[in-house]
Amino acid sequence: MAAPNKETLLDWYRQMVLIRRFEERCAELYQQGLIGGFLHLYIGQEATGVGAVAALREQDHVITAYRDHGIALARGLDVNALMAEMLGKATGVSGGKGGSMHLANRDLRFWGGYGIVGGHLPLAAGIALKAKYNEEDEVVLCLMGDGATNIGYFHESLNLSAVWELPVVWLVENNQYGMGTSVARASGATEIVQKAMAYCCGPDGRGMAVGPRLDGMDVIAMYDGISEAIEHARTKGPILVESLTYRLEGHSMGDPQRYRTKEEVEEFSAAGPIGRFRNHLIEKYKNIGSRLDSIDQEVLDEVEAAVEFAQNSPDPTFEDLTSHVYVD
Amino acid sequence: MADTPITIREALSAALREEMRRDERVFIMGEEVGVWGGTYAVTRGFLDEFGEKRVRDTPIAEMVIAGAATGAAMAGLRPVAEIMTINFAFLALDAIINHAAKVRYMFNGQFTVPLVVRTTTGGGKQLGATHSHAPEVIFAHFPGLYVAVPGTAYDAKGMLKAAIRDDNPVLFVEHSTMLQRRSPVPDDLDFTLPIGKSDVKRQGDDVTIVTYQKGLEWSMAAAEQLAKEGIEVEIIDLRWLRPLDLEPVFESFKKTNRCVIVEESLPHFNVGAEISAQLQEHMFDYMDAPIKRVSAMDIPLPYSRELELMALPSADKVVAAVKEVLGG
Repeated sequence: MAAPNKETLLDWYRQMVLIRRFEERCAELYQQGLIGGFLHLYIGQEATGVGAVAALREQDHVITAYRDHGIALARGLDVNALMAEMLGKATGVSGGKGGSMHLANRDLRFWGGYGIVGGHLPLAAGIALKAKYNEEDEVVLCLMGDGATNIGYFHESLNLSAVWELPVVWLVENNQYGMGTSVARASGATEIVQKAMAYCCGPDGRGMAVGPRLDGMDVIAMYDGISEAIEHARTKGPILVESLTYRLEGHSMGDPQRYRTKEEVEEFSAAGPIGRFRNHLIEKYKNIGSRLDSIDQEVLDEVEAAVEFAQNSPDPTFEDLTSHVYVD
Repeated sequence: MADTPITIREALSAALREEMRRDERVFIMGEEVGVWGGTYAVTRGFLDEFGEKRVRDTPIAEMVIAGAATGAAMAGLRPVAEIMTINFAFLALDAIINHAAKVRYMFNGQFTVPLVVRTTTGGGKQLGATHSHAPEVIFAHFPGLYVAVPGTAYDAKGMLKAAIRDDNPVLFVEHSTMLQRRSPVPDDLDFTLPIGKSDVKRQGDDVTIVTYQKGLEWSMAAAEQLAKEGIEVEIIDLRWLRPLDLEPVFESFKKTNRCVIVEESLPHFNVGAEISAQLQEHMFDYMDAPIKRVSAMDIPLPYSRELELMALPSADKVVAAVKEVLGG
């Protein structure tokens, strides 16, 4: 694993800012009634998604839950097509049929966001089985929230991946709350990685590896940790890693957030992943401030262009409504 | 080449074996498919022939069996997953309905799910309420999935081979009390039957009986009794609950003007309800008598042999229903 160079770090910064600005704009469009349904913002968790996805190789796979905008952007899905999907347009990544929770791009091996808590975990196991079955050097990165670790899918999928020694990195984004219920109030184990111990340590060391608890607000720590996890998955088998992060916005839009204090949110906001990484870059590289400023502006322009593209895109047609129910 | 009389069990086994020999991507996974040889002995000998890679025993964990098979199918394999009975498939409803059946549509055709989930249905074996249903109609409610309900060895083989070769997800339902039924089946390796085609199993001019699977047996037995009294029924075997092929039903109804629907499922919102609705929508001018449904009674099935037989349909109940629509 090579240490990331300056240009790579700047690209990660760009991705994190892009996710932030994209979502802030989505929130506005939601308030204007141009985006419907649920809108689960990733704001606060950008370092986790960007660092983890950066660790993937081209042949690797990624799949996530419904808080998927950040993962889609980090994996390089087209910003215009993503914004068009948010607006339910024919030019959207899922043709306007998926919406915010169901973004995907098969060519980029991003297998989608999934709206049922835990529902994508067995899919990840199945995709990993394909790689193992065909003896291909591919790893599946499966992200989920802490809330998903209490559901049956989690335990069945971890167990199967251990028994079959599947090349999966299970990455739990512990953002402290499953909707409005804190980890301490919902989970017997409050350190999520402890749950992996139930499926570790089989005969000959077979089974789930108990991975680290990573600082999910530090993009470099995420990159390093997930790079090691991928190496483990491709050579030894499944591993569960936990990212300690924080969701700065509500669960979805219109969440009154009675379950936490403003002070708590402000504390995490001050230590947010983007400001922290920006400070790191300024300390590390002389005179980088203007580069960062220009990235900020480029991203703003890119998001505005995406909004314009989406608004000018056609709505899906009746033909689209009835297509792709089955393979013809 | 003369057709050989074989049992439904042998037909299923032959279909699976032939398709696994033909296509390396086809594999089986599920409860007791390997070492045990299948709880209904359909996959006996498969582990020896195909090895552990392609004959994969799983934990008793239906959510991940169906979910991981879906993921493997999305990724390009052609899994045949086995869930011992359809009662246990309730645990996999989310994986089958929310994921296998919907991912293609939800992501606008990016994903294809060439999956077969095999399971057994039916009461009549004194297994009590949780193990004695014929609830396959539940699965037929949802677009994106096909539901196969073969009632003869000939159909079982041709339909299973077609299901494995098709690119859509198929719930393949076998009746647990009919596996020893024998009929002539072609040896031709490319023998398949079209998906979604019903079949006229007996010709007659007096009353149309629409049925499938166990209902086919009760109806054929009833037809013999009725023929002795000079009443000739036409029996249409649906073979698939989705796609549902009612053209032969309509054609028959134009001739008989009377219809009885025979099935093992419960009466509330069942197959007969759908077909009755469609007959009154499309064939109202041909209707000479109210349509009659024969199904299980509207109660959970009991253990006691006597009570269970009372609750299930029978040839006698079919005979009575036919006489009723004839105005007897």
